[in-house]
Amino acid sequence: MDEHLLSLVLFTPLAGLLVLLFIPSRQKELIKIWANVASFAGFLISLPLVSRFDKGAHAPVFQFVERANWIPSLGAQYLIGIDGISLLLIMLTTVIGFIAILSSWNAIHDRLKEYYCMFLLLQVGMLGVFMSLDFFLFYVFWELVLVPMYFIIAVWGGPRKLYAAIKFFLYTLAGSVLMLLGILTLYFQYEKQFGTYTFEIAELMKLSLPLGLQQWVFWAFFLGFAIKVPMFPFHTWLPDAHVEAPTAGSVILASVLLKMGTYGFIRFSLPLLPKASVNATIVQILAVLSIIGILYGALVSLMQQDWKKLVAYSSVSHLGFCTLGIFAMNPNGLAGSVVQQINHGISTGMLFLIIGVVYERRHTREIAEYGGLAHVMPKYAVIFAIAMLSSAGLPLLNGFVGEFTILQGAFEANRAWAAFAVTGVIFGAAYLLWLYQRTMLGQITNGKNLHLPDLSTREMALFLPLIAWAIWIGVYPKPYFDLLEKPVQQIVERVRPGYYQGAGALAHGVHAGTQGASAR
Amino acid sequence: MNQFYTTTDHFVLIPAIMLALFGCAILLFDFLVFPDPRQRKYLLFFVILGEVFAGFGLWRQQAYLSANGLNEIEAFRGSLTMDGFAIFFNWIFIAATLIVAIVSYKYLEVEGEHHGEYYGLMLFAQCGMFFLASGTDLVTLFIGLELMALAFYVMVGFLRTDKRSNEAAIKYLLLGAFSSGFLVYGFSLMYGISGSTKLGVISEAIAARAPLDPLVFLALATTSVGLLFKISAVPFHMWAPDVYEGAPTTVTAYLSVASKAASIAFLVRIFMGPLASAREAWEPILSAVAVATMTIGNLAAINQNNIKRLLAYSSISHAGYMLLGLIAGNSTGLKGIAVYVMVYTFMNLGAFLVVVALRRKGILGEDVEDLAGLMQKSPGYAVLMLIFLLSLAGIPPTAGFLGKYYIFLSLIETHHYTLAVIATLYVAVAIYYYFRMVRSMFARDLTEAAPLSTSFGLRVALGVTGALTLAIGVYPEPFLRIAQSSLFPQ
Repeated sequence: MDEHLLSLVLFTPLAGLLVLLFIPSRQKELIKIWANVASFAGFLISLPLVSRFDKGAHAPVFQFVERANWIPSLGAQYLIGIDGISLLLIMLTTVIGFIAILSSWNAIHDRLKEYYCMFLLLQVGMLGVFMSLDFFLFYVFWELVLVPMYFIIAVWGGPRKLYAAIKFFLYTLAGSVLMLLGILTLYFQYEKQFGTYTFEIAELMKLSLPLGLQQWVFWAFFLGFAIKVPMFPFHTWLPDAHVEAPTAGSVILASVLLKMGTYGFIRFSLPLLPKASVNATIVQILAVLSIIGILYGALVSLMQQDWKKLVAYSSVSHLGFCTLGIFAMNPNGLAGSVVQQINHGISTGMLFLIIGVVYERRHTREIAEYGGLAHVMPKYAVIFAIAMLSSAGLPLLNGFVGEFTILQGAFEANRAWAAFAVTGVIFGAAYLLWLYQRTMLGQITNGKNLHLPDLSTREMALFLPLIAWAIWIGVYPKPYFDLLEKPVQQIVERVRPGYYQGAGALAHGVHAGTQGASAR
Repeated sequence: MNQFYTTTDHFVLIPAIMLALFGCAILLFDFLVFPDPRQRKYLLFFVILGEVFAGFGLWRQQAYLSANGLNEIEAFRGSLTMDGFAIFFNWIFIAATLIVAIVSYKYLEVEGEHHGEYYGLMLFAQCGMFFLASGTDLVTLFIGLELMALAFYVMVGFLRTDKRSNEAAIKYLLLGAFSSGFLVYGFSLMYGISGSTKLGVISEAIAARAPLDPLVFLALATTSVGLLFKISAVPFHMWAPDVYEGAPTTVTAYLSVASKAASIAFLVRIFMGPLASAREAWEPILSAVAVATMTIGNLAAINQNNIKRLLAYSSISHAGYMLLGLIAGNSTGLKGIAVYVMVYTFMNLGAFLVVVALRRKGILGEDVEDLAGLMQKSPGYAVLMLIFLLSLAGIPPTAGFLGKYYIFLSLIETHHYTLAVIATLYVAVAIYYYFRMVRSMFARDLTEAAPLSTSFGLRVALGVTGALTLAIGVYPEPFLRIAQSSLFPQ
């Protein structure tokens, strides 16, 4: 059972999809029920990953490894396995995947079968990205994600859906084909040095490449990952895609899809190209781009009239924290970055769901159309408040833990970075609180809002697990940092050999961050 | 030794003999046995039978090669060479001819031009392709080329009452004849340099000269014009959109796949054979041509509203990718060309088959708009078309990705980084115009309720091309082995 558990997790959505194909399109209820069952089963099957993941001191970093020959003449294998980082992202994917599908129950009325097929296919692609330990396999899953997301935006999206969908596709594709060149360069160099062809990440890490070549490959990878994250200045596809996508599409896009980019940096750029990754110029450029992303995203959010666009730009800002954490290149920064990726998945997912709730009722996202909703939708107001505060980084909620640890890491790397990033936190609180004030508080100014129904039980079911998760991370993040300690340590040692032997560096390690955060 | 027609000659020639015999049989039976037009679809069985016999001959040659551990069988004193390369391409021709033949009868009936000689011409064209892939003598190659081209001139103009078809045929004939003239001129120079028409002798004579020798360069330039015309590379691509649009769709499909594959085989034979030593001279020229081909092909496709024209420009850009494999020129690159030709055959045929199905009585069905709402009307066709288009664009896990993969890898291995970056970026451009069709199929509402014109043959052909396009992408190992066997002996 254990040896194929990961494959089971990966292919459960695919099995669901295959069954779904045989349900006639007229059976709308059955299609909905089956899609929900399939995605919930996907979540349930992924739970044993957590319980059986060996956190012991001598456990291997990568677990549940499965290996099979796939294309021997290319040296590509079906090689999957997870460490603490991928485990967290996989759990995020299965949870958010189910919630996104559940949230579509009343939102989508036409072409249901295709809709749910696309979500299940998307799920396979995303899970595959986080599991692959073979670069070829990774690339296949990476590209596989594009197609269903294109359709989700282009078919079930808003008024400018076609434009947004193709923009999303072209941007990310342009980045990923250049990344492919980087992959092929490593592949070819490996053949030159060792005489065989392989795409296995662990093998490719044995390469010793000159700095110059590493830098070229780094920038090729950078384009692929940075467009996905998206980092400033490659972020322009994001607001369009988010605004036009249906609610569930936005949720998946923000919560999981963007993490593929940050995951790529952590899993591939850093360990495979250690010299380029610690190169002072490259680190400076990336940190500055991250900080610009943080500030620019926050400032643009302040100006938005459109509720969804505001949250979309806030993603740019929050993902800026994640990349800043990565390029701080120390345990706090990296661990904080991963935790923040999960946090962003939870809180931004909630924020998009919250928009979806009122959009289903009013069919507008103009902030000015709302105001005083707390009077008619008290439950909704409470949940929005929690989601908003978790996104803004209020202590005891998840956002705080991530941002705090990242800032700690950034401070350790460069005080100026931390100083700039902190202003981003302040702006973040500003646009979110202001948004809340404009939509929820005060008197009801628009008559159409007088009789909006409050959250239904199904809608509550969407939010409660996410809120519970947010509070868990906020109050007791230690299990998360424990899980991340080993992979993070491995990456840091890879890029900065001898870091842990440095004078007292260990004292500032992951545990310090954990205790610091939870002590608050 | 001086025997005129040896058993080896016969053994090598069998596939061509079979194709020619069955081609002639089709012409005879058409007159004598099937006077009733409705019976003409039975001629299809002659095509299938002919291919079975040709394939059997080919299979025996392949078995003979592997049983005796040989690289090649020479026949007609070096005029024909059966090697892995020739056998590989001949299998492609057989597959393409079969697939196009089984969808043609319904299409030609819809067009009202169902005549027996169509099938005969297909077999004659394939006979020419046989000589193009296996010929190692300038005269043999030229005759093969002309045999193929003549059959295509007629097939392109097969819709006698259709102005576009006639225009296409005339254009193709005039430009084709012109380019053949260049080619023969180049051949005559090669003969002048070496005093022989055998590729092996020419290779040695050219290698003995400096790579930038003016005479060699002149031969190279004129030969290239003829060859590049056939694969519709820029700047000799102008005929392609008009001919593709005007020709009957089945012929367009056949032309874009089989004729292009044969011409690529021919091109590789010449450039990796006699002209190999002049690489220094042709590499920059071909690099410029490849970049221009990808640029014009991809950019011009963006604004096309006619699917056949759009696919014509897309096939121009694919020719650019195949040229890149030749520019890299190492074993990865040549294997890449083989893989590319193989996957291109199935994905491009598949895409054209969907266009064939769109042509109904009274409905031309050639515009991108004609695909509107296909997903609601015929989801199977829409999904298959999506797979073909993704594959044409080179998105994994479809077959097209593998073709591009090898080309990119070969460019990196030979340090052609700039070409690699340009080639990869055009993938993103290509997705834009392929997805105009996808958008029409999936995101637009149905405008034309008339059902697609379909037939048993079409469904089989679509199933086969679709299954192969996916299978090569998901589990490519056996297909890569086949391509490996085609590696040109250097």
